Amino acid sequence: MVNQKSEKIESSLANDAIIEIIEMHKWFGDFHVLQDINLTVKKQERIVICGPSGSGKSTLIRCINRLEEHQRGKIIVDGIELTNDLKNIEKIRAEVGMVFQHFNLFPHLTIVDNLALGPIWVRKVPKKEAEEIAMHNLEKVQIADQALKYPGQLSGGQQQRVAIARSLCMSPKIMLFDEPTSALDPEMIKEVLDAMIELAQEGMTMIVVSHEMGFAKSVAHRVLFMDFGQIVEGNTPEEFFDNPQHDRTKLFLSQILH
Amino acid sequence: MEKADQINKSKDIKPPVTQVGVIGWFRANLFKGWFNSLLTLITIYFLWMIVPPLIRWAFIDSLWISTGAECQQSDGACWSIIPANIRFIIFGFYPYDHQWRPLLAMALLVGLLFYSRNRDHWKKSLAYAWFLGLLLMGLLMKGGLFGLISVETSQWGGLPLTLLLSVFGLTAAYPLGIVLALGRQSEMPAVKTLSVMYIELIRGVPLISLLFMSSVVFPLFLPQGVTINNIIRAQVAIILFTAAYVAEVVRGGLQAIARGQYEAADSIGLSYYLTMRLVILPQALKIVIPPSVQQLISAFKDTSLVVIIALFDVLRTTQTALSDPEWMGFSAEAYIFVALIYFLCCFFMSNYSRRLERELETGL
Amino acid sequence: MRKETAAAVPSLASGKVAFWYDPRKRSILYQLGVLAMVGLLGYYLVSNTITNLEKQAIATGFGFLQKEAAFEIGESLISYSAADKYARALLVGVLNTLLVSFIGIILTVIIGTFIGIARLSTNWLINKLAAVYIEVFQDIPVLLQLFFWYAFFYEILPSPRQALNPFAGVFLTNRGLVFAVPEFHPAHTYMGVAFLAGCVCVFFLRRWARRRQAKTGMVFPIFRVSAGILVLLPFLVWLAGGAPTTMSVPVLKGFNFQGGLNVSPEFTALLLGLVLYTAAFVAEVVRAGIQSVSKGQREAAMSIGLKQGQVLNLIILPQALRVIIPPLTSQMLNLTKNSSLAVAIGYPDFVSVAGTAINQTGQAIEGVAMIMLVYLFLSLSTSAFMNWYNKKMALVER
Repeated sequence: MVNQKSEKIESSLANDAIIEIIEMHKWFGDFHVLQDINLTVKKQERIVICGPSGSGKSTLIRCINRLEEHQRGKIIVDGIELTNDLKNIEKIRAEVGMVFQHFNLFPHLTIVDNLALGPIWVRKVPKKEAEEIAMHNLEKVQIADQALKYPGQLSGGQQQRVAIARSLCMSPKIMLFDEPTSALDPEMIKEVLDAMIELAQEGMTMIVVSHEMGFAKSVAHRVLFMDFGQIVEGNTPEEFFDNPQHDRTKLFLSQILH
Repeated sequence: MEKADQINKSKDIKPPVTQVGVIGWFRANLFKGWFNSLLTLITIYFLWMIVPPLIRWAFIDSLWISTGAECQQSDGACWSIIPANIRFIIFGFYPYDHQWRPLLAMALLVGLLFYSRNRDHWKKSLAYAWFLGLLLMGLLMKGGLFGLISVETSQWGGLPLTLLLSVFGLTAAYPLGIVLALGRQSEMPAVKTLSVMYIELIRGVPLISLLFMSSVVFPLFLPQGVTINNIIRAQVAIILFTAAYVAEVVRGGLQAIARGQYEAADSIGLSYYLTMRLVILPQALKIVIPPSVQQLISAFKDTSLVVIIALFDVLRTTQTALSDPEWMGFSAEAYIFVALIYFLCCFFMSNYSRRLERELETGL
Repeated sequence: MRKETAAAVPSLASGKVAFWYDPRKRSILYQLGVLAMVGLLGYYLVSNTITNLEKQAIATGFGFLQKEAAFEIGESLISYSAADKYARALLVGVLNTLLVSFIGIILTVIIGTFIGIARLSTNWLINKLAAVYIEVFQDIPVLLQLFFWYAFFYEILPSPRQALNPFAGVFLTNRGLVFAVPEFHPAHTYMGVAFLAGCVCVFFLRRWARRRQAKTGMVFPIFRVSAGILVLLPFLVWLAGGAPTTMSVPVLKGFNFQGGLNVSPEFTALLLGLVLYTAAFVAEVVRAGIQSVSKGQREAAMSIGLKQGQVLNLIILPQALRVIIPPLTSQMLNLTKNSSLAVAIGYPDFVSVAGTAINQTGQAIEGVAMIMLVYLFLSLSTSAFMNWYNKKMALVER
């Protein structure tokens, strides 16, 4: 894994925020799943969110592309506020790419069709150009030789890389990752993490929910710890892992770093 | 390099009042968006138009115990047709004084069914209990022993007949269905072809054609002078029909068994018969219990067709009661009553099968 | 197949296996045994039958088809009278079966799909109503439903003199359903031609639109334009033909209505019973199909930025239809088979006509055989279609 420490000096990051979450609350019925979330993400910043299951980390990033609705507070993505306005939601979704834990490739379409779908139907790009975009991104994740296969014929790691490429075809400004390697066999985790690191090297703004601490250490600008719906602590990887401030953080770290 | 925010005590902030509680439920479930709200309003309008008159007809203006003449005068539902004819509807032509026997037989059946619901009772003793139970039921109905007077099968009718045809039908059809399913899986071409032909032929034709066949063609198959009565002919037709469907259900179960099971049994040296009996069938049959209950429900509904070959199941007894001049014209009430019987039975069986499927899926 | 492991096979010095332990020979023997048993059973049944038929002086063979039928048929799509041959009577029956099945299938698919979607609605009221419908109509035998609707027509509906008039020009009586239809005008034929021409237009338009999108990326509102064409073209022809609006309106004359289109109570009751019953099962099939597409598919599609309509058309429907079509064809077949119950309420479908023929000629075997053959033909062709469809649409997997 390439050491990205040199890029982590905050001043080198652009000063404008691309995601602002202000006093956000979300309830599932009576259950207060996200409590007073305040988070600012700058352009090209890379954040890893960790925490025990049920802490609300997936829910948080799903609120950013409106797969979940928040009830209180504000979420502003690339200057557009997330409300019930459908037009805004669609605009934001075209700028924000998401990679799911279970890949969610479209099984009835070939790989290249999976990727070209967004450009053709959302960006209204001609077919040939869409396929070129698709092949370009497939090459980026090193899976161009599988272009004409169907998702059912690929392994888990291959499918996840295709999923990453599919999101990239929309030229998103932000990439969200919801536990991208949790459903993979151990020997396939590396190929997916490598693809994500390459993405990082190109300067993509990334928010990753993951337990892969090695990845966090080498690539993240900030690591956030969430528990019971709150962001408990957030810091640079060195500070976070060497100097956890809260007891809950210490407890969590002791459980996962053994 | 920002530090964490203080951990707010935000637990005491309540969700917006429009999101939870009664208002929240209404908003989310009935009035989410203008389209849904419109739909809700239109539906409520239609319900308002239909339900109150229906309730008035069925409950307020209705008569529950009265004569036929009084019913003709009233505008409401004439439920009195039921109590007046109930014993005929339920028991058909069974001798009046001995109707406790089919009643007991039905109670026995229902008791066995309820007992079988609990999966903890699924042991070998249950199979014996069923065998004994069915024998006892046949004895109660037929009589001729132990001081019970003999009642000819031509007098059997109503609900006991319906239950008998379905339960016996499925019970006898099951082993035949298993044999057919195994035959269809077989690698012997002759056996496979015969099984496939049988299954596809029976599944491709309506039950009524088989009942017709049983009614007019079976007698021709028999040598001179031998007759079998109506009910047995219909029962045979129902068994042959149900067996083909059971075969497909069991085939689904057999296909779900991994190849490795067959290979493991082979490598121990088990013969075909033992492999099936000890390894494959126990697993396959467990898998297909929910669809088998569905099959029982279908068999139960299908027995209503024997009306067409003039057997007095509960549907025909109802029609006969309706042909009485005193009660003519109240078909709706009578049919609703029978429909209720069928619905209750099928609903409980359906529910049970769904619950069973959930339990089995989670591997309990 | 009887397989024996190596341990059970005694080895002979010559390396050959004893006759009765050879799996292949054993299986052949076994099959011969089964065939012999079946053959014997068949022989027994056939010989009994022949004796019985002779004894009862019943004719055999299909010669009766050329004889005069000597019974009336209540409704028929083609002209028929009692003087016609049995063959023609049976043809009338087949056509009646096909008519009720065809209309039944169309109505069932439409109603069933709506109820299936309603069952998935987030609107609690609609959802529960659909659930109640499905449960109630599935659990009551279809024959009982047919009897109920038949009784509804004959007992509850009034005579033509006091006909129910729910909409203008539509009358419900115990003599059936009568509604106004446009009186035939030559323009109608041309309208039909225009519609077909419209279909051809739409076909080529779609091809052109797809090519244009592939080339330039621009999306063409193909659905709206197609609908427009299919409606507009016949409409223009109608205008050109002088906009004929004369309707054949049912008018009460004496004891019944004259004019309009009259649908018998038997047909309506049969259609109602079959459609409402089968729609409940179709609703479950549609619901299961839509639910089979995992939530993640919808989320992935939305997160790429696809609109609701696009998500449905490009992602959900293709996957859902794969799961829906096979059991749907089963239900359509069930409806066709259940239409045979028409004999119980007096609608002259094929089984009903064949039944009369059997009664009159006594030739039960030929009659039942014909019934089975007709339905078998329908079933097997449907099975063949389903198999072909499944193979074609199977998702490609490792």
